[in-house]
Amino acid sequence: MRLPFTQTRLPLAAFIGLSLTGIFLFCAVFAQWIAPYPIDMAVGGVWESPSAKYWLGTDTIGRDILSRLIYGGQITIFVALASSALAFSLGAFFGFFAAVNGGWIDQTLSRIVDLMMAIPSLIVALVMLSVLPLNLTVLILVIGVLDSTRVFRLSRAVAVDIAVMDYVEAAKLRGEGGAWVIFREILPNALSPLVAEFGLRFIFAVLFISTLSFLGLGIQPPLADWGGMVKENKDGLVYGKSAALVPAFAIAALAISVNLVADWVLTRTSSLKGGRGG
Amino acid sequence: MHPVLKLVVQRLALGLILLLACSAVIFLGVEALPGDTAQAIMGQSATPQALANMREKMGLDQPPLTRYFQWLGGVLTGDLGLALTNDADIAQSIGQRLGNTLFLAGCAAAISVPLAIILGLIAARHAGKWQDKLISGVTLTTISLPEFVAAYFVIFLLTQDNVLTQAIGWVTGGSGRLLPVAMVFPGMGFWERLNAVILPVIVLVLVVLAHMMRMTRAAILNVMQSAYIETAELKGLSPMTVIWRHAFPNAIAPVVSVVMLNMAYLVVGVVVVEVVFGYNALGQYLVDHVTKRDLPVVQAVGLIFAAVYIVLNMLADIIGILANPRLRHPK
Repeated sequence: MRLPFTQTRLPLAAFIGLSLTGIFLFCAVFAQWIAPYPIDMAVGGVWESPSAKYWLGTDTIGRDILSRLIYGGQITIFVALASSALAFSLGAFFGFFAAVNGGWIDQTLSRIVDLMMAIPSLIVALVMLSVLPLNLTVLILVIGVLDSTRVFRLSRAVAVDIAVMDYVEAAKLRGEGGAWVIFREILPNALSPLVAEFGLRFIFAVLFISTLSFLGLGIQPPLADWGGMVKENKDGLVYGKSAALVPAFAIAALAISVNLVADWVLTRTSSLKGGRGG
Repeated sequence: MHPVLKLVVQRLALGLILLLACSAVIFLGVEALPGDTAQAIMGQSATPQALANMREKMGLDQPPLTRYFQWLGGVLTGDLGLALTNDADIAQSIGQRLGNTLFLAGCAAAISVPLAIILGLIAARHAGKWQDKLISGVTLTTISLPEFVAAYFVIFLLTQDNVLTQAIGWVTGGSGRLLPVAMVFPGMGFWERLNAVILPVIVLVLVVLAHMMRMTRAAILNVMQSAYIETAELKGLSPMTVIWRHAFPNAIAPVVSVVMLNMAYLVVGVVVVEVVFGYNALGQYLVDHVTKRDLPVVQAVGLIFAAVYIVLNMLADIIGILANPRLRHPK
């Protein structure tokens, strides 16, 4: 496929990924205007089949599934974006900080991250959520902090290579401070591998918040994200009502489309970097 | 000391330190978070005096470090204390459920490991051809699904009256429809138990298969591209000899660590799948008590999951060291 405004070929997989991601983002941003019904109003019978009035049918207490899906997407995407942004700020800052300073600072930070990564994220989150109050801020903080460990590893590895470059040495010699070195010398040069990683971290956050909500420990009713919607409607499956599959399908579609985009960014940036004839 | 033995001992020691640090995180880390067990039990309306009494009764007035060592001592001697919600002995409750969890994970491992390695070999053997693309495409899709989403797709396909279940019923001579719950109780026979966990096992296999197969494929392709394989081929050895004598010994280490890493992943997947199917085991016990804010139970079960995860990761490393032919012959 050749787009008229660029001279590069956009692979079909990337095109599908980009358009789906775009649709999801559009629905999330404009949920209030798109959704045909309010998020929490029983408008029809229980588990009605899809019809002209309710495009995707109604849920376990007669709410319009399409509307809840659109609002749910807004919550899911917001939490995932906020926590991956937090993960990136934390992870990249400490990763660069460790790489620039080296020595005991690097050792301490790296060992703390090793320890955090030695325990499965879901288990740590469950232990933490047994004490913390369940609200949006806490969820974003927990997911963001747990996810920042992977960003730390990546950005430290990238920055270690950059920190020995001549221009970093030059900046240090002309007396620039630590903040200058991190934000003006290392960050611009480490950006492209980090951008591709952002997609993967975003998916991780989507799956994480969905799983927590499904377990009843994420977004609390009457609000619902997609994981929570699966939980609400799961009992219908036994009677052949497929309401729970709609949000499940949305989670899968979002994860796959962002994955396709991240894959494409990754191959593009790594080929742009060139290197030895690569 | 033989260098391999030294590496193994180092890795074991590291694992032990990690376990200890992990127990400290689970106990002291939770202490540092805002929130109070006494408050959680008695609710917001409790008077300060009642709260103080409760804290004293539970030993919460002691400094955190003292309580950590008391707790750790208890854990090491198998005394996990009492649950806050119903005063049940935690060690006993865990004992009953741990077996169920291990049974489920064991069944999933017994199916997924051979399947993943065979599929990985097929994909690597036909790298770039349609077999490889088909396997990669399907696994890329399942990788993107969280466990509970995969579970409900499987439930929808296998518990309803549709073409698939009719076909299964026609082959097996039964109804072909499976139950969406996995009920087990003490005194159940092995086959009955196996029959009960079919659906959760299918879901777990789907979830770990993709990771394991893709990593196996990558590990084998990596070995097949190295210079010594080319040398062996150019010497005129038969393809089978090349694979068995040259590629296989070098591929064992990466493949075994792939398997172990995925077993560790399985340990976490089990938590969600148990909740989906109402399977009475450790994962459900954990989630249930997180909701009830029963901290002692959560800490004990969390520590068990973390310990299994750490031990499996440690085994992956150690097997990798032992299976690496290059480390066996010190210079």
